Amino acid sequence: MNQASGMHAADHYFVPEPSKYPIVGSIALLLFGSGAALWLNAVPVGRWLLFLGVATLIFMMFGWFGQVVRESEGGKYGHRVDKSFRWSMGWFIFSEVMFFAAFFGALFYARVLSVPWLSSGDNAALLWQGYTGAWPTAGPYAPDAFTPMGAWGIPAINTLILLSSGVTLTWAHYGLLNGKRGQLKLGLAVTILLGAIFLSLQAYEYAHAYADLNLRMDSGIYGSTFYLLTGFHGMHVTVGAIMLTVMLFRAFAGHFRPESHFGFEAAAWYWHFVDVVWLMLFVVVYWL
Amino acid sequence: MAAVTPEQLHGHHAPSGLMRWLTTTNHKDIGTMYMVFSFIMFLSGGVMALTIRAELFQPGLQVVQPEFFNQLTTMHGLVMVFGAIMPAFVGFANWMIPLMIGASDMAFARMNNWSFWLLPPAAILLIGSFFVPGGATAAGWTLYAPLSVQMGMGMDLAIFAIHIMGISSIMGAINIVVTVLNMRAPGMTMMKMPLFCWTWLITAYLLIAVMPVLAGAVTMVLTDRHFGTSFFNAAGGGDPVMYQHIFWFFGHPEVYIMILPAFGIVSQIIPTFARKPLFGYASMVYATASIAILSFAVWAHHMFATGMPAAGQLFFMYATMLIAVPTGVKVFNWVATMWRGALSFETPMLWAVGFIFVFTMGGFTGLICAIAPIDIQVQDTYYVVAHFHYVLVAGSLFALFAGAYYWLPKWTGHMPSEALGKLHFWCSMIFFNITFFPMHFLGLAGMPRRIPDYALQFADFNAMASVGAFGFGLSQLIFLVAVVKCIRGGERAAARSWESAEGLEWTVPSPAPHHTFEEAPVIR
Amino acid sequence: MGRAGRIAGLFLASFVPLAHAEQPHARYNLQQPVTGIAEQINDMHTLMLVICLFIFVGVFGVMFWAVFNHRKAKGAVAAHFHENTAVEIAWTVIPVLILLGMAWPATKTVIAMKDTSNPDITVKATGYQWKWGYDYLQGEGEGIRFLSALSTPREQIEGSAPKGDAYLLEVDNPLVVPVGKKIRVLLTANDVIHSWWVPAFGVKQDAIPGFIRDTWFRAEKEGIYRGNCAELCGRDHGFMPVVVHVLSAEKYAAWVAEQKAKATAASPSVTAPGQG
Ligand code: HEA
Ligand code: HEA
Ligand code: CUA
Ligand SMILES: [Cu+2]
Repeated sequence: MNQASGMHAADHYFVPEPSKYPIVGSIALLLFGSGAALWLNAVPVGRWLLFLGVATLIFMMFGWFGQVVRESEGGKYGHRVDKSFRWSMGWFIFSEVMFFAAFFGALFYARVLSVPWLSSGDNAALLWQGYTGAWPTAGPYAPDAFTPMGAWGIPAINTLILLSSGVTLTWAHYGLLNGKRGQLKLGLAVTILLGAIFLSLQAYEYAHAYADLNLRMDSGIYGSTFYLLTGFHGMHVTVGAIMLTVMLFRAFAGHFRPESHFGFEAAAWYWHFVDVVWLMLFVVVYWL
Repeated sequence: MAAVTPEQLHGHHAPSGLMRWLTTTNHKDIGTMYMVFSFIMFLSGGVMALTIRAELFQPGLQVVQPEFFNQLTTMHGLVMVFGAIMPAFVGFANWMIPLMIGASDMAFARMNNWSFWLLPPAAILLIGSFFVPGGATAAGWTLYAPLSVQMGMGMDLAIFAIHIMGISSIMGAINIVVTVLNMRAPGMTMMKMPLFCWTWLITAYLLIAVMPVLAGAVTMVLTDRHFGTSFFNAAGGGDPVMYQHIFWFFGHPEVYIMILPAFGIVSQIIPTFARKPLFGYASMVYATASIAILSFAVWAHHMFATGMPAAGQLFFMYATMLIAVPTGVKVFNWVATMWRGALSFETPMLWAVGFIFVFTMGGFTGLICAIAPIDIQVQDTYYVVAHFHYVLVAGSLFALFAGAYYWLPKWTGHMPSEALGKLHFWCSMIFFNITFFPMHFLGLAGMPRRIPDYALQFADFNAMASVGAFGFGLSQLIFLVAVVKCIRGGERAAARSWESAEGLEWTVPSPAPHHTFEEAPVIR
Repeated sequence: MGRAGRIAGLFLASFVPLAHAEQPHARYNLQQPVTGIAEQINDMHTLMLVICLFIFVGVFGVMFWAVFNHRKAKGAVAAHFHENTAVEIAWTVIPVLILLGMAWPATKTVIAMKDTSNPDITVKATGYQWKWGYDYLQGEGEGIRFLSALSTPREQIEGSAPKGDAYLLEVDNPLVVPVGKKIRVLLTANDVIHSWWVPAFGVKQDAIPGFIRDTWFRAEKEGIYRGNCAELCGRDHGFMPVVVHVLSAEKYAAWVAEQKAKATAASPSVTAPGQG
């Protein structure tokens, strides 16, 4: 039914052919989920299922996203598909915001409500005598003391790094918009490099926390919120950096035009979102 | 359910057989798969419910042991909520939204396939957890910590299943949002859209906002279980009640996720069989939006017995009560639509009217639960069980049946049997009330929920509920027969299968061809 | 009377508001209240029920009128109205007013329920999987402590012995309190969340591990009052009842004396059992 007489072509919305990738992805997650559950319960085969799941997932992503890139470069996506991508990326990022909100909510709840409750009134009088509840705290039971992570060392440097990476990324975007491909590639490369430095510093910080500060996942509510918030953030930086790396390869392959390059923009939106999450982390986890 | 012949399939190289279903990007195929899946899940959850009812038929332990009973209760809730009701509505959205707004397919057809095909792995993990050492999780569908921290491996499987279903829901919801916002045919303005599209659009926003929060909650349970964190452990400075806040921040919007599309379906059906336009279209849209917005501010009405400060109890009580206002607007609008219409009662209309009648009873008991002091008495009793089965079974499920009978002609090309449909309706209606009405009395008189055995004064009503449950379960087999017969044959359905049905879906032939609106229709 | 007959009888009885007043166990409505709070809750519930019933009859009266009279089969011709701002405003505003009427008494009761100040006796109740521990912290009986667990024999549950009258609602050592005194109950738990619930007192309070929550009651009538744990707490959640004996001041004093005597007789570390 595609006898594209000019006007109808404009109306046509690209609908992809049947594809095997989704079912591959489903199998990957089945392996991943069952593998993780088995591994956590000390069933040795679990680990292998998990790795197999991850490998399958990577295979799926290569295939699927590769196809999307080919379709995009093949000019199949018109203006309306582009708009769909924009809406969907926006709402996807919103869902990520809500995921982080659960953990920020937990931190907020602990600091504003549960810790003060535990250290006052009947709770302090009958259950947790002598607990002062000063933040940071590992809770009233606190078997091991720990030193909290200061804000003005590595975290402050990391803040600067991520903020500058936002700038370099925008600079790359201007390069793309103005047809300066060199600026695009350089900007992207520098951004990815900054992301990598951020992650290395973060890894160093964790090692330092475990080795020198006795600050661990099981250091009560402080350790819990610290590691889950920064850990999930770090995972998101990793994903963002991978996305940007793909964009760098695509830039080298000559993809993207000044008027249509949503793949790049999506990665950039994601990167900025990860940036903003870090700023909030810096303020509420490290600083205050 | 679509009677599609291979010739109708796209292109010459389209896969056939099993591969067609595994790889399809067609919204109708995917919609059909969602519905078949959800019906299978409904039967599985139903078998669990019947086992529960068998154990509760009389006092004493006869059928199952307490630990397994708790597993059944938990899995019944999880399977029904995440496996039956939610996917069924997504199936309706897939089939109908593109047809209703004149789109050629969903905005992201390939991702749509993945949204569906994530569900079977999740179901395998969930149901498979019955067979691991320690059995399935027995912490209730709410998975309250620290009980859920005590559970065995079944709990981890449930957590991963929830993660996967969450990914599926979020992708499905994004797809629906984008389809509704970006794929409408020229001239189909937002305020001309069928109400079903509106209710689903708003539902999709709820999903995007709360599914990630549930993922966060169960992730914290996972790390508390295995990695030594103390989110829900007071000794480490956390709080078990914090889990409940996070869970219900998801959980309350979740119950509206299961009812708003039902409101949409009923709002399509009532005008058709009243032969009169829907009364108060705009106020329906605003009411739906108000319910959704309010749903974010009422979560702690599930937690009145945790001992919140008085100010908290009062705030959540007032906010919850307010929801009666927009819901009332909807009920009144439906009644006003019927008023001075030319009514006829084909099967879909029977279900829709039955829905309004019985759902409203569930709404009223909800309101009674919302009064904090009364809730102190009925929290965690069968009164609550009665409340939520009135809104979930007689609400969501009845609306799903209404919609199925309404659109079966479009899906299969045949009219469903009126005789079977009506039999299904009356059996369900009667047995439903025999099952769940006595639970109000049980709850008020003091029978706790989630118990395998009970004091003697509760025996009569429990016996009655159990008999009703088996009757209700058997009645559902009528539906299966009706659907199979409808696919196999029967009176041919016209494009406009119901005399005065309005909307674009009735302008395409029945059964709807595999591809519709490849060129957008123009709406005046 | 067979089971079917009893069910039918209960159904009929449910329409006669006072028929249950003297029944030992409630069957279709809230249990007979013995505290002021429970009384208020009962009244509020009745009020809500009546209001909802009125609205229900009104709304569905209209709907069924339409169902029976505006049928196509009866030659009805559909009108075409689909909006009416005045009625729409009315049916938004009137429910708000009704809700305000409901919220007012509820607010007063919420505030009263939260007022745990100036108790005569304070008892701490601790939830364990699956029993309750009681600790008299202040007031007459201070220092008494014991555990309270289900006393229904296993055979009754498994069906090899006939079930007794208080099947599943009986414990070895009930909580004992004097009549007419304000009892403050502090709740906590040792493992998972439990919930301490005595319907006749209008009291239900979750027992949360690591936290103390409180509630109170003042029982106005002597007697034995029974409830359950009301939060899923694992395997035997259905088997951890709450039983409270409310005694006259003299009998209570005697009970306290007896407990103290037992405690000094036994070695100090042992928990003293109460009366059966
Ligand atoms: C489809 C699902 C659904 C829906 C629509 C609702 C709707 C409502 N629910 Fe329900 N609820 C559940 C599913 C649902 N619920 C579930 C699953 C649970 C238990 C979870 C668990 O613990 O496992 C639960 C539990 C639950 C509780 C906690 C009980 C407890 O555990 O102690 C409360 C308390 O406030 C509550 C309240 C309400 C209210 C006020 C509404 C309102 O939206 C109802 C509004 C409707 C009406 C009021 C009727 C129509 C209105 C009129 C005709 C207008 C005029 C009326 C007046 C002015 C009175 N619900
Ligand atoms: C979401 C929708 C949903 C649906 C549709 C249902 C459907 C039913 N539920 Fe419900 N239920 C919940 C959601 C739902 N439930 C939730 C969320 C809980 C709380 C869980 C918790 O506490 O954690 C709950 C809890 C719950 C309890 C309380 C358990 C407890 O506290 O211990 C009970 C008890 O009677 C019950 C019964 C039923 C029955 C009889 C049906 C029936 O409607 C089912 C009918 C269907 C069938 C029976 C299957 C179809 C028929 C066949 C397969 C053919 C074979 C039939 C025969 C051999 C007869 N449910
Ligand atoms: Cu203790 Cu339930
Ligand atoms: Cu709710």
